[in-house]
Amino acid sequence: MLCDVCKTNQATVFLTQIVDGKMQKVNLCEACSKEKGVTDPLSFALVDLLPGLGAEADVEKGADVQHCPACGFTQADFKKTGRLGCPVCYDTFAEGLGGLLKAMHRRTAHTGKIPARLKRNIEMGVRRTQLQRDLDKAVSEENYENAALLRDQLRELEQAK
Amino acid sequence: MNISSLFSSGSERARSDGPHHQIVISSRVRLARNLSGHPFPGWAKKNDRLQILELIKPPVEALPEMEGAFSSYLQELSALEKQVLVERHLISREHAAKSAGSAVVIDKPQSLSIMINEEDHLRMQVLRPGLQLRNAFQALDKVDSTLETKLDYAFHPQLGYLTACPTNVGTGMRASAMIHLPGLVLSEQINQVIQAINKIGLAVRGLYGEGTEAMGNLFQVSNQITLGEPEEEIISQLNKVIERIIENEENARLILLQKKPGTLLDNIGRAFGILSHAYAMPSKEALNLLSFLKLGVDIGFFPTERQDDIDDLIMVTQPAHLQSNASQQKLSPEERDTLRAEIIREKLKAFPNPNTSKVVIPRPPTEDTHHE
Repeated sequence: MLCDVCKTNQATVFLTQIVDGKMQKVNLCEACSKEKGVTDPLSFALVDLLPGLGAEADVEKGADVQHCPACGFTQADFKKTGRLGCPVCYDTFAEGLGGLLKAMHRRTAHTGKIPARLKRNIEMGVRRTQLQRDLDKAVSEENYENAALLRDQLRELEQAK
Repeated sequence: MNISSLFSSGSERARSDGPHHQIVISSRVRLARNLSGHPFPGWAKKNDRLQILELIKPPVEALPEMEGAFSSYLQELSALEKQVLVERHLISREHAAKSAGSAVVIDKPQSLSIMINEEDHLRMQVLRPGLQLRNAFQALDKVDSTLETKLDYAFHPQLGYLTACPTNVGTGMRASAMIHLPGLVLSEQINQVIQAINKIGLAVRGLYGEGTEAMGNLFQVSNQITLGEPEEEIISQLNKVIERIIENEENARLILLQKKPGTLLDNIGRAFGILSHAYAMPSKEALNLLSFLKLGVDIGFFPTERQDDIDDLIMVTQPAHLQSNASQQKLSPEERDTLRAEIIREKLKAFPNPNTSKVVIPRPPTEDTHHE
């Protein structure tokens, strides 16, 4: 059995973790286990290392040859390392990453902290999408009174920008 | 601050005065952040990394929390110095393998540590003794909010903070606690507890040696999910679960003391005997035996003031700490075992013999504490 990290040496250290009732096995060679610090029970290395291993296995969709326009990274590179090339990669490989993120986190939208300087814009974007959706719905339901109201609110939002 | 004064001062983490310190060794929260418009460190060319480093290092050093901090480029540190930082959990092993293009900044109390160009551009962590996840998160959140005014973070409206590995995307936060559970291990309830925790999306990890018992009876509980839950919620859920584990561990200890006091005291007494008289002590064995000694202090078998000695021993008997205190160059593993045994014997001379009269055997527990 080969080491999950370097994929060249024979694995001699076997770790098992159970997350969400699913057992995951991680096999490491002597050198990688030392380098990653998994043999030190007082270190937090396991917490950082294990979630990241095997991540690449779940990518299915998307062509391997596609390049990230910002950094030149390919999906094949991701399969090799389990790491992405740059922030833009998340959009470039959005299709392939979608299912993987869902499997990993069970949810797909961030609900935590937002950097203060982006907060206003992002919240406005969310509000705009919501209003637009309500407006489309009102129009399709021929609820024109409500639609006019929503249209005005959208306009207001645009001007506030 | 230079490296020798960093090494000579004890780290805050090692002091055993945190809340619930008898069971929770330490709490740690870390955040991963990256700059927008730059490749992640693993994919960046050396010149990119050097440029990113110079963008990040000045605002990090200028943080009010970093007054009098230790700050160094990785190439300026010797292999041994890096190893000591790893053993103090101030840098990761991956970071220790880096050289030019990476740096580390550590605050004076050795509680806040910021790695630049590790797997992400920024990996910041706060370590606190005992159960202090909330407190650690708040301190780190404040640092993050200061830095975001100086640095242009990569942030995605839907996915949140973008990280090199998709397992960290969203909050970029991993919160964990190191817990000492000899009671649950000895009473063979540990697997039940682990399974229960796993069901709610948290991870428990122990390091298993030859047998089925985790090394040093130490376990790490951490959040697994980083996307879709706000930071405060993750912290408070983790906190709740850990409080529950503490309760279970306390109950397990009480029941052991009540039902099998002989076995429990025998384990601790033997550990004390071996540690006090061994002339070659491998690190794994030392950790397992010190775990029993720690339990001995917790139940009153040894005086409480010996707790610090045990925590010190756990720290200074690690390989790089041994080497950095040794007079001779490059110890062999055998020489390390000899030196480790010597340090432990010396420290334990100050220990009085275990005193059973100080061990409080609890009254029979009421029915509802039996089965949690």
